[in-house]
Formats: sequence, structure tokens, C-alpha cells
Amino acid sequence: MSKLLKTSRRSLIKSVGAGALMAGTPLLGRFASAQSGAPIKIGFQQHSTGIGAAYGRWYGRTTEAAVKAINEGGGINGRPVEIVAEDDGTDPKRGAEVVEKFANQHNCDVAFGTLFSHVVIGSAPSAGEQKIPYFVVSEGHHVASGGLNRYTLQPGITDVKSQVQAMAPYVADNLGKKVTMIFPDFAFGHDHRDFFTAAIEAQGGEVLEHIAVPPSETSFTKYFPKIPRDTEVLYHVMVGPAVLTFVKELGEFFGPSSPAIFGFIDSLEAVDLTSPGLEFLEGTYFWEGNPRYAQADQSSHDKNFRAAVGVDENGASVSDPKDVSTYAHMFGCWETLHVIKAGMEASGYQGPSDRQKLIEAVEAMTNMAESDAHPQGPKVFNGKTHQVFGVQYISRVENGRLVKVHATSIEDTYYPDEVDYTTQSF
Amino acid sequence: MTVNARSTVLHLGLIAILIVLGLVLPTYHQGNLARILVLATYAIGFNVLFGYTGLLSLGHAMFFAAGMYGCGLAMHLADWSVLPALGMGLASAAALSLVVAVLALRTIGVAFMIVTLMFAQAFFLAALYLGEWTGGDEGFVIAQARRQLAGFALTEPLTRFFAALTVFSVALLLTAWLMQMPFGRILIGVRENEERTRMLGYDVFRHKLLAVVISGTISGGAGAAYAVLFGYVGATFASVQYSIFPLLWVLLGGMGTTIGPLIGAAFMFYLIDYASGLTNAYLLIVGAALVLLTLFARAGIVGEIRKRWVPWLP
Repeated sequence: MSKLLKTSRRSLIKSVGAGALMAGTPLLGRFASAQSGAPIKIGFQQHSTGIGAAYGRWYGRTTEAAVKAINEGGGINGRPVEIVAEDDGTDPKRGAEVVEKFANQHNCDVAFGTLFSHVVIGSAPSAGEQKIPYFVVSEGHHVASGGLNRYTLQPGITDVKSQVQAMAPYVADNLGKKVTMIFPDFAFGHDHRDFFTAAIEAQGGEVLEHIAVPPSETSFTKYFPKIPRDTEVLYHVMVGPAVLTFVKELGEFFGPSSPAIFGFIDSLEAVDLTSPGLEFLEGTYFWEGNPRYAQADQSSHDKNFRAAVGVDENGASVSDPKDVSTYAHMFGCWETLHVIKAGMEASGYQGPSDRQKLIEAVEAMTNMAESDAHPQGPKVFNGKTHQVFGVQYISRVENGRLVKVHATSIEDTYYPDEVDYTTQSF
Repeated sequence: MTVNARSTVLHLGLIAILIVLGLVLPTYHQGNLARILVLATYAIGFNVLFGYTGLLSLGHAMFFAAGMYGCGLAMHLADWSVLPALGMGLASAAALSLVVAVLALRTIGVAFMIVTLMFAQAFFLAALYLGEWTGGDEGFVIAQARRQLAGFALTEPLTRFFAALTVFSVALLLTAWLMQMPFGRILIGVRENEERTRMLGYDVFRHKLLAVVISGTISGGAGAAYAVLFGYVGATFASVQYSIFPLLWVLLGGMGTTIGPLIGAAFMFYLIDYASGLTNAYLLIVGAALVLLTLFARAGIVGEIRKRWVPWLP
């Protein structure tokens, strides 16, 4: 039995009332003025499970906050932004499948948000084939090395090569010139080994010993006796579930007398510095992509960023002080989404047929001033290598807090171009 | 119709259905099906050893990865074109499986599982250690422009689908034919009762050795096809979970059935794909589905169909 659809006077008044209410809402009113009210769909390739899950959780929170801020500011080209999140399991095979899903199933305008390098490299071919702009937030050197394609860009976070080499002048001038490096024996660690060794030698220093730790290792005490006695600086970087054990065992090994210790915060990302066993880190130095603890000279942009994401002045969740954020990396999601917004607005992006114009617009970007859109600091984007460059921070642990002691210049992070993606056809 | 004729009709019919699906499915599902066909080829290779010969390997990822690296490195480092590189992938997997077979087949049962697992771990760690060439855990990309075969771009969705279907069909028909031959019957004999097969005068070791080599080479062929069709080579594919996946696909689809690996791979793929669209805790749904299948369809999907309704299913 079918029912005739009749519009009664009462339901008409209801509809008109609801419509007026909607149009009266300031945000929706702004969107309604756009040519097309359909949302811009951004596929968010999230590490919700697998080894990257701790990062994925915070990348998710930052992404949500950034989209809320962008939408409150009128969206992109007057259209609201919608995030379509898919878990890639921190796996390159699933990552590639997820990119195809964004392009062909969800009809996303762009894909975004991948952190782990192997997932980026595994997914990039799909992005190139599907011709969907793929904005990664990975800090890997894979984009700038020229190994990927024109559809893959990294405009919101600096790469490991520039980070590592920018550390060498400070280490050589302030901590010592005889360095021993301890790093995981896979690609991420090898990047540190190769780039830092070259950079410290350029500063007149030397690496006495490279200690590579196999990825399956769960105890590290047997590696520490390999550290030469005349080491002035111990450079450490470790990732994965065993990082806390690594740092604790390092403390037990050295006791009160240790060389200067310089580490990448990756070793302790999402880990509370006041965890038992980490007391020995007092007085040691860390690279930080973005200072976890609010500093004395905190910018209003960092303040706004923390408030938007829900991070307190210690870098932990405002709702749970034990839930420490991945503060050194997650700003990359915020900044990348703002770059996507700027690129779409500069190119007058309307839909997937404008994807090439979007990439050209991002390639044309250069200076990105420190602002609410770029709270980590000023940046310079290199359109040829699809990689952004920016300031790096060195912090010292003082009273259980990371206190910024040095900020590099952007120039410290430069290296010669290794690729020109703009010469590749679409 | 004889059983053999029925099975030929079944396999050719399946390939015909897949051709039609490739032509009518929307782009997303066509792409998925291409991946599933390559993964199912890997599972077919695994099934030769596990389903038909009764040898449970927990290290098959090394064969898949050997094919992948053999093919990928030939293209990446030596600039080989697709066809010879695929040949190199097959040869690498065949050589590795021969070496592993000679050493691992000195053991049986649980020890065989552990030895294959250890070989695979050694292979995985070697891939990381040789990062200068293999790209380690990050891996490397095979450029889109290089992935051409006889003037066809393997990156074009329909071409890629038919390339994947070709690889799958060869593996399917080859194993189906093999299992109808006396050689295959002896493998099944080894699975059912190794001692009796030996007592009947068959060289069990030689048959098991050939089974490992055939199984490893088919798996390696799938790895090489994955590298060429999807453009990525990385150590993740040599890690332990990629040894567990084919076991799961074969168990789900039905061990010792020719079409079980395809059904199992497709089932798992779409289970994850749909469940992850519903909730972030999709692994819970996947786990529950697997427990239910284990409880109520112990022989796997195709195995259960064979047991209950279609006893002639190959």
C-alpha cells in the first residue's frame, strides 16, 4: 500500500522554521553562500592499529581539531571539510588499499595523514595511479629523495635528513666532537647513521662507533659495553614498543657518570618523562620537532594550538595527564591541513578535476610564516622536492621538564635538491 | 560427467565469472579483486604444501618475498624489464625453496613448522640488514613508467586486473591438473598416511621436496606479480604475519580444495574492509567471525560445502 505524500500546513511551517534556523546559524550560513555546499572530503589514512597506534591516536585528535578550526573559519572555498578516516593497520599493503578506497569508494578529494615511512612508500604508487594528491606527515626522507611521485607531497613536517643534519653544529659546539651512535638497525636508524655521521664530520667531529640494534631486540644491556670509553656524546634514537626499556637500561648502565647524552625525542614520544627509571635523563638533550612543554617564550600560536587539540602545558591530554601526546610530530597534521586549505583556495579547487591545479598551487608555495596555521614555526616549502623545511628545537631535561635551549635556523636544515618533481608529467 | 570433467568445468567457469566480474565491477572493487587474485595465488602455493601434502609451513612469507625481491631488485637495481624480472622472481623463489626444502625436510611436524619459521625470520632480518639494496623496512617503489608489459601499462586498472587474473588462472589450473596426476595423488597419500605411502614404494622425501619447491615457486610468483602490479617492494611482506595470512586464507576457504584459497582470501579481504568501515575495533569483529567459522565450519567454507552438498568438489 502506498501512501500519498501530502504537505500539511503544520509540517510546512516546521520545515520553513527549521530552514530559517539552519540559515541563521553563522557557520552554516557561510557554507550556504558557496557555489557548492558539498563538503571537501579528505581521506585520513590513520595508524589506528599496529606499531603506529600511539601516534595514530594523536594524529587523529590533531586532525579533528584542525578540521574543526578550519570549518569554524568558513571551511575551504566556503565548503565544509569532512574527514574520512580509515585504519591502515600501519601496514603498507593495507595502506595502498586504503588510498584506493579513498579515491574510488569514498570519492575523497585528497588523501592525507600517513606517518610511518613504509606505509607512505607502499601507498604512494596507488596515489600516483589513482591521481589523488597524497599529503603525508611522515618526516621520512622518501619524498625529497625522489623515490615517489608528483602526487605525493610533504608540506607540513620536515624530513629526517634536514632534522639530523641541523643538530650537528649544536652537538659539536656544545656537547662534544667524539660521538657514538646507537640506533635501530633498519631504515629509520640508517637514515640517522648516514645523515648525522656526514653532518658531524662536516663540523670537524667524528663518530667513534655505530651501534646498530636489531629490530626484534627487547633488552639492550649487551650493546652498551660497545660504547668506547673516550665517547664525549652518546647519540641515541629508538622507536617501537621497547623504547622505555632501552632508556631505562641506558640509565642503569651509566649510573651517575655518563658522557653527554643527545637523543631524538622519538625515543620517548608519548612517554611520560616522569616515569620511574627515567630520572637519569636529567641534564640530557633531545631534538624536538615541537617543544612538548610550553616554554617561557611560548607563542600565542602554540597556545592556541594546544587549546584546540586539548593538550596541557606539559604536553599531555587535558583530560588525562598520563596520556602524553606525540607533540614533536602531530603539529604536522594541523599544518598540512592548513596547507591543503591554502592550496585549494589558491587554485580555486572545486572538485577532483582540479587535483592537478591543487598540486601546482602547493608546488608554487614558498614561505609559510609562523601563524595559527603554522604554530610550530616558520617554514619554507620547496616545490621541486615537495618537501617543507623549518626550524628544529633542542631541549634539555631540567627538573623533569624539557626546556628549549636552542632553535636552529631554517637554513641549517637545507641540503641540495635530489629531485625535481615538477618535471614529471601528471 | 566424470569428476575430472566436472572439475575442469568448475575451474573454467570460475575464470569466466572472474572475467565478467572484472568487466562489470566498479573501479574500487575491480582493484580489490586484482589484489585478491594475487593474494589467492599466494594461498594456492601455500595450499599445495599444507592442504595437499599435509606439511604446515610457518615461513611461507620468505618465498613470497623472495619472488618479490627477485623481481623488484632486478627492475630497481639492474633496470630489467617486466618479463625477465618476473622470471628472476620465480627463479629466486624456486632456488630458495629448494635450499629450505633440503634442510627443513629433515624435520617433521612441529619441528618443521619451527624450522620454516626460523628460516623466514632469518630472511626477514637479512632483508632489513641489506637495507642499502632492499630499502629495509621502508622498501622501495617500482616507478609507474617501468611497469609496462608488451606495450600495456600494468598500472591501468583493467590491464592490471587481467594480468592478475592470468597469474591466478595459471596457478589454479596448474595445481588442479597436478592434483589429478599420479604425482598429486602421491602428495595426498603422504598427507593421509606417510608411512603407508613409503611402504607402497614411493619416494616420500622426493615428493615432499618437489611439493615445497612447487609451493614456494607459486608463492614467489605471486610475490613477483605483486611487485610488478602494485609497484611496491618491502620487508613487511617477509614478516611473520605474512606467513600466517595464507594459512588463515586456506583454513577459511578450505584446505585441500582448489578454489578454497580464493574464497578465503576474498572473505578475509572484505571482512576487514567492511568491518573497518563500521568501527575502529574491527579486529574484534574479524576475530569473532573467525571463531564462529572455526566452530561451525571446521573444514572451511568450500570444505564445508564439499562435505555437506557437493562431494565431488576438487
